[in-house]
Amino acid sequence: MLRVSLLKRRREFTLDAAFNAPTPGVIALFGRSGSGKTTLIDMLAGLLPPDEGEVQLAGTVLTDTRARLAVAPERRRIGYVFQDARLFPHLTVAGNLRYGQKRASHVPQYIRFEEVTGLLGLDALLRRRPHELSGGERQRVALGRALLSQPQLLLLDEPLASLDAARREEVLPYLEALRDWLSIPMVYVSHQFEEVLRLATYIVLLEAGSVLAAGPVEEVSLSAQLRRVVTQDLVGAVLTGVVTALDAGAGTAELAIGGGRLQVSLREAPLGARVRVQLLARDIILAIQPIQGLSVRNALLGTVTEITPDDAAAVLVRVDVGGAIVLARITESARAALRLSPGDAVWALVKAVSTRGHAFRLFGTPQRRA
Amino acid sequence: MNVSLSSAELEALRLSLAVATRSVAFSLPLAVLAAWILTRARFPGRTLFDAFVHLPLVLPPVAVGYVLLLLFGVHGPIGGWLRAHWGIQLPFTTAGAALATAVMTFPLMVRAIRLSLENVDRGLEAAARTLGAGAADRFLTITLPLMLPGILAGAVTAFAAGLGEFGAVITFAANIPGVTRTLPLALYTAMQSPDGDELALRLAMLSFLLGLGGLLAAELLVRRVRRRLGR
Repeated sequence: MLRVSLLKRRREFTLDAAFNAPTPGVIALFGRSGSGKTTLIDMLAGLLPPDEGEVQLAGTVLTDTRARLAVAPERRRIGYVFQDARLFPHLTVAGNLRYGQKRASHVPQYIRFEEVTGLLGLDALLRRRPHELSGGERQRVALGRALLSQPQLLLLDEPLASLDAARREEVLPYLEALRDWLSIPMVYVSHQFEEVLRLATYIVLLEAGSVLAAGPVEEVSLSAQLRRVVTQDLVGAVLTGVVTALDAGAGTAELAIGGGRLQVSLREAPLGARVRVQLLARDIILAIQPIQGLSVRNALLGTVTEITPDDAAAVLVRVDVGGAIVLARITESARAALRLSPGDAVWALVKAVSTRGHAFRLFGTPQRRA
Repeated sequence: MNVSLSSAELEALRLSLAVATRSVAFSLPLAVLAAWILTRARFPGRTLFDAFVHLPLVLPPVAVGYVLLLLFGVHGPIGGWLRAHWGIQLPFTTAGAALATAVMTFPLMVRAIRLSLENVDRGLEAAARTLGAGAADRFLTITLPLMLPGILAGAVTAFAAGLGEFGAVITFAANIPGVTRTLPLALYTAMQSPDGDELALRLAMLSFLLGLGGLLAAELLVRRVRRRLGR
């Protein structure tokens, strides 16, 4: 458990944030730029003293202003991957990687050098110097350097922000691998919802220095507060299911979600794999009776639980499909025509192809390393 | 003109090199410390300290030599103590010439080192901190190596300038052949003597070559270190 309760008054704004997040897992600090994300993790790292508050990691107190206690950053065993990598220019890649490792020689070495260079694809780069690396390579080295300091918590401050789309795709799978194969708790700062969707297990939603919502990704994806941070088109329920059937030719997989089955567009997931999919609210069609002769692959029968106004012309309809929740955005006039209200039975229609790029494989449950 | 150096010329050259080397060795750690204080420390009187460090740049060298005589002379507050407790005498010695040279070249050295320290990215020090490096560790393994171009530039420039220090040396350490008669002092002595024209010219050329060589060496060295740092 990571318990955080921090107050920091700065000239521009006041950060006043509290949340308790389960560990291990990836905790996403999600919010627009200027919402206080970096200020918050600088305080977690101990690089910035809070005005008031407490930080506790797995029962150990790292900061407690009331007890006048603040563990020095160099003693926290918290790895920090900065947005700009911050590799030491006078050292080689190997020298950078070993910098933290050497200084962690007194703690159990649960992450080994070869393991990290293998996992992050750094073997060919070891003798190079930072200025000879591409942006993506630099971030991978920074990640490896932080990991080798044998951290109890890894902070990542928008590690992909300075990279173009192609380099981002190059680094993201490594981050996914870290989440799934090492059970280090991570705090991942981002303002890209797609990254959060792929990596996070828990979301802390920040706006103007306060926590709007905090909870598991599936829960926060349904929260009305999320709509204040992401653009309307990115709103949609996040569901997790297990692959029950595959159609390699069509490039689709069938997921068991809630009480129903969902066809999604996803190639690289075997039977039994856990998959997370976001069904964008704008892509969902609601029908009050079964419909024949449509190309839509998914028709999930459920019950309307809530209808909330979304903007002047549209409403968001929450549909419970056998335990899982789906969000649909329809126009207010469509709702009136169908006379939809809570308690009604509806079919939520989802095109499998609309999930392309919104379905991600989650690997096995994290394993604790000896 | 005879290209090989006479014994008097060699002695002046050797003395200049010895004085400049000792002066750099003595002042370098202090210059790093002064640069550190001027860049990183915030305390009342910092501006005054800054001015004090730079004073030798604007004072007449003879005045600096005179102040040194007052302080380090056998009856001066520091000189008397050094003699009583350590048996050390600085005026009219090679070590004294090195001290006078060190004081004169100190501002040059501090300026170069300070400039490089200001360019050290404090984010790198914060990164080292999260990787478990304490204050002294960070300074030695991150800050100091990143300051290296400035330290080298400062040391070589101060060395080259130190080869030619005149006013403070002659005032504090006098013009003693084989002890404090460095190149510029030998040059001055040659100019004073009626038949020293050729010697003066040769010594002037030697000084010119040494200075030029020093500055070129500084530039090359700094470039090489910078390239290693990827700048």
